[in-house]
Amino acid sequence: MSFPILSSLILLPSIGALFLFFTKDKDGNNSTAKYVALFTSIVNFLISIYLWISFDQSISDFQFVEDRTWIEGFINYKVGVDGISILFIILTTFITPLCIISVNNSVKNRLRDFLIAILIMESFMIGVFCALDLVVFYLFFEAGLIPMFLIIGIWGGPKRVYSAFKFFLYTLLGSVLMLVAIISIYWISGTTDVVKLYEIGIDAKYQNLLWLAFFSSFAVKTPMWPVHTWLPDAHVEAPTAGSVLLAAILLKMAGYGFIRFSLGLFPVASEVFTPLIYTLSVIAIIFTSFIALMQEDMKKLIAYSSVAHMGFVTLGIFTLKQQGIEGSIIQMISHGLVSAALFLCVGVVYDRMHSRMINSYGGIVAIIPKYSILFMLFTLAALGLPGTSGFIGEFLILMGAFKDNFLVAVLASLGVILGAAYMLWLYKRVVFGKLVNEDLKKMLDLNKSEYLILTCLAIPTLFFGFYPDPLINTIEVSVSDLINMHNINLASK
Amino acid sequence: MENLNLVLPEIFISLSIMFLLVLGVFKKNSSGITFNLSLFVFLIAAIIAINETFSVNRETLFNGSVVIDKMSSFMKIITLLGGFLVLVISSSYLKIFKIFNIEYPVLILSSVLGMMVMISSNDLIVFYMGLELQSLALYVLATYNRDQLKSSEAGLKYFVLSALSSGLLLYGCSLIYGFSGSTNFDVISTQLNSNEYVLTFGIVFILVGLAFKISAVPFHMWAPDVYEGSPTTVTLFFTMVPKIAALTVFIRFLYVPFLNLIDQWQMIIVFLSIASMLFGAIAAIGQTNIKRLVAYSSIGHIGYTLAGLATASNEGIQSSIIYISIYVVMNLALFSCLLMLRRNNQYYEDIDDLSGLSKNHPLLSLSLLVILFSLAGIPPLAGFFAKFYVFKAVLEQSMYFLAIVGLLSTVVAAFYYLRIIKIMYFDKEKDKYDTDHSLWLKFSLTFSTILILLYFIFPSQLIEVVSRINII
Repeated sequence: MSFPILSSLILLPSIGALFLFFTKDKDGNNSTAKYVALFTSIVNFLISIYLWISFDQSISDFQFVEDRTWIEGFINYKVGVDGISILFIILTTFITPLCIISVNNSVKNRLRDFLIAILIMESFMIGVFCALDLVVFYLFFEAGLIPMFLIIGIWGGPKRVYSAFKFFLYTLLGSVLMLVAIISIYWISGTTDVVKLYEIGIDAKYQNLLWLAFFSSFAVKTPMWPVHTWLPDAHVEAPTAGSVLLAAILLKMAGYGFIRFSLGLFPVASEVFTPLIYTLSVIAIIFTSFIALMQEDMKKLIAYSSVAHMGFVTLGIFTLKQQGIEGSIIQMISHGLVSAALFLCVGVVYDRMHSRMINSYGGIVAIIPKYSILFMLFTLAALGLPGTSGFIGEFLILMGAFKDNFLVAVLASLGVILGAAYMLWLYKRVVFGKLVNEDLKKMLDLNKSEYLILTCLAIPTLFFGFYPDPLINTIEVSVSDLINMHNINLASK
Repeated sequence: MENLNLVLPEIFISLSIMFLLVLGVFKKNSSGITFNLSLFVFLIAAIIAINETFSVNRETLFNGSVVIDKMSSFMKIITLLGGFLVLVISSSYLKIFKIFNIEYPVLILSSVLGMMVMISSNDLIVFYMGLELQSLALYVLATYNRDQLKSSEAGLKYFVLSALSSGLLLYGCSLIYGFSGSTNFDVISTQLNSNEYVLTFGIVFILVGLAFKISAVPFHMWAPDVYEGSPTTVTLFFTMVPKIAALTVFIRFLYVPFLNLIDQWQMIIVFLSIASMLFGAIAAIGQTNIKRLVAYSSIGHIGYTLAGLATASNEGIQSSIIYISIYVVMNLALFSCLLMLRRNNQYYEDIDDLSGLSKNHPLLSLSLLVILFSLAGIPPLAGFFAKFYVFKAVLEQSMYFLAIVGLLSTVVAAFYYLRIIKIMYFDKEKDKYDTDHSLWLKFSLTFSTILILLYFIFPSQLIEVVSRINII
């Protein structure tokens, strides 16, 4: 067996966290802890880049597979990547070091514990994207709740307790039904190995209920309308780095789950429930866009825009067209970069002025020009301007949707317009206009670390906007294989 | 000639009890030495039990009234280790309350002896004898801190209610004897005629008695008061060890003589299980005293254990045994934390006393965090696997309702565990607690926390041992 590269990706952040545990905990600027954490996460990023380079894009099979007996005769510890999961792994390893750099400005106390929580979170998130066994997947999926609960609860804003509880209980409630479904799959098919399940399929008469059980978990996590209400609360109260992790990666777990499990394991049921997903997605896109228009709080506005963007993602996945699914994946990656950047942008002004209210800003373009330019870029990327990665995703999703259902596509396109409306209006109110407050004049422009983080996020946003080929090439074979398999399964039932 | 080696642990413990009592009479200030000797008694008995009985498949003694099989030897070993650990971490607590007397280890030993008799009983009379031996010792233990009103109240309550349940149990035994003509489990199982409804009455009476002993809803009323009033180390003993014995009797009673009457008792167990899971989860939410909260949470956990029993399959029984083993470890860890909340020779047991614990005692609160998430059943901690095995067995029998209710009540239960974590991590800190704990207490906390935390790396070992237990 070759070198277990995926397991080392999963384990390395935890080892870093363990190491941090033994460093001295000084309140304030704990630089040793920060360098250790940063070093660990950058090494992890380099490993994942190596993984991407050595990944063979021309075959659809899972690669770098590790398969070990875990519980005798029941569960195997099985991990592996295909074109879809590898992108999410890289997104995770890319965002985490940026989060760690950003904590300087936002986390004041117990820095070491915060870094430990982030690193452990990274381990679990990578685990979710590589798991090829349902139980292993569930384990990582649920375990992520623990560090996130603490991140929101310990380092969050004034209403942090309420938000942390809501986040935890909502997600747990959704997930327990998935656990019932996973165990039932074991008794129905005799295995929880995803690859084997792809081959043998699951009896069609059970699929609808199982699909719904998985759906209950993923819908909460995505989040889809009407179970999205935990997201704005969690985002508003979480510290900046927590919001970034939540928006950039945690939400993607569900989208990934839809592709990997709902489509892959339950082809018949996916076909049956497509109208449901379409309806909920369209409602999410239009309804939450209107809600976003009305928000006073910047973080809340971006949180609602996340719900709308994830609406596009679920819509794209269930078009079951090559373009739709590819679009959804690219939209998720792009949203991971852009929403992370937007939350960081909010964090930048919040750290200076301690307000997230839109009306306490205005006319800051002349005071902090660098910030305004970068904020502009990400605003445009969020509304899907051609030339940014946001455009590629939305365009492909709508193309897939038009192929499948004209009405749904037209309604979803409305969301694009609304998206432009609330994002531009936000930008206008915050950056342009008259100077509303004399205190704003004292604001300093981006410092080095903020500049570095935002540039790091801007480069891929623009690069993949102009040249999405690396992304599309990576996922193309896997997606077309998924769709073929889906059609074959459907025909044989 | 009977092979007395098989009951050597019991013989050894009874001889030791007599010896320790005599020692206490003739030697002054012998509490320290009695304590240490009883620790050795536990260890030696456990070693004997492993040596003599672990490889035995199934043997009966004394005209079939005592049975030694895989289940009894496994449960006896956990019981002995549980007794050992309780004793080992009690000493500093008892010293502070000035109740560090020779009676304490002797009472624990005799109650463990009673449990071991229960565990290998294969006969209604032997079973009842063991039950009474352990109960009598437990009544005294509950009142052990006799200068405190609450402790006396706890003991009295426990005594009255337990006597009532023993009465019901005896009545059930006599009904069963009347209709089957024997008290031996094996004989009863061959004599049964499922058409005789009076037998069902007998079963129900015995189930009520047993449900009382493991504090399953609706026979749980005594648990919160007794748990709160008893000395903390005794509460720890209550939550761990008697449940192991009572569960073993439950399994043996249901699956040896009355397997054929499964239609009659399965619904009862399902009801007990669902009621305990839901009630345990909901009633714990409003509690402010940690010991009361643990009482309700233990009611909930018994519900999960019973869910495994309701399946009427070997997998179900095994999952229950795994559950109770992991639960014992989690409880040990939880109480070790509780025993560390001491300031100026006073113990604190309100939830609010945990406020801001993470600032002053980061390691202690981290262990408590792990333990609480594990009790809530969040992966990848041991508590998740315990629930996972149970629900795996339950779903094998397609009992979807039981599984879904059980999992939903874990969400409710998660709420009150999270509340404790919230108080520890999110609230303002209070004064520091003392940190000069006994080495054993530190050891038991570290050991059990690491076991909980890292169980996921080697989950197969426990399953492998337990999978040899085949009752049906």
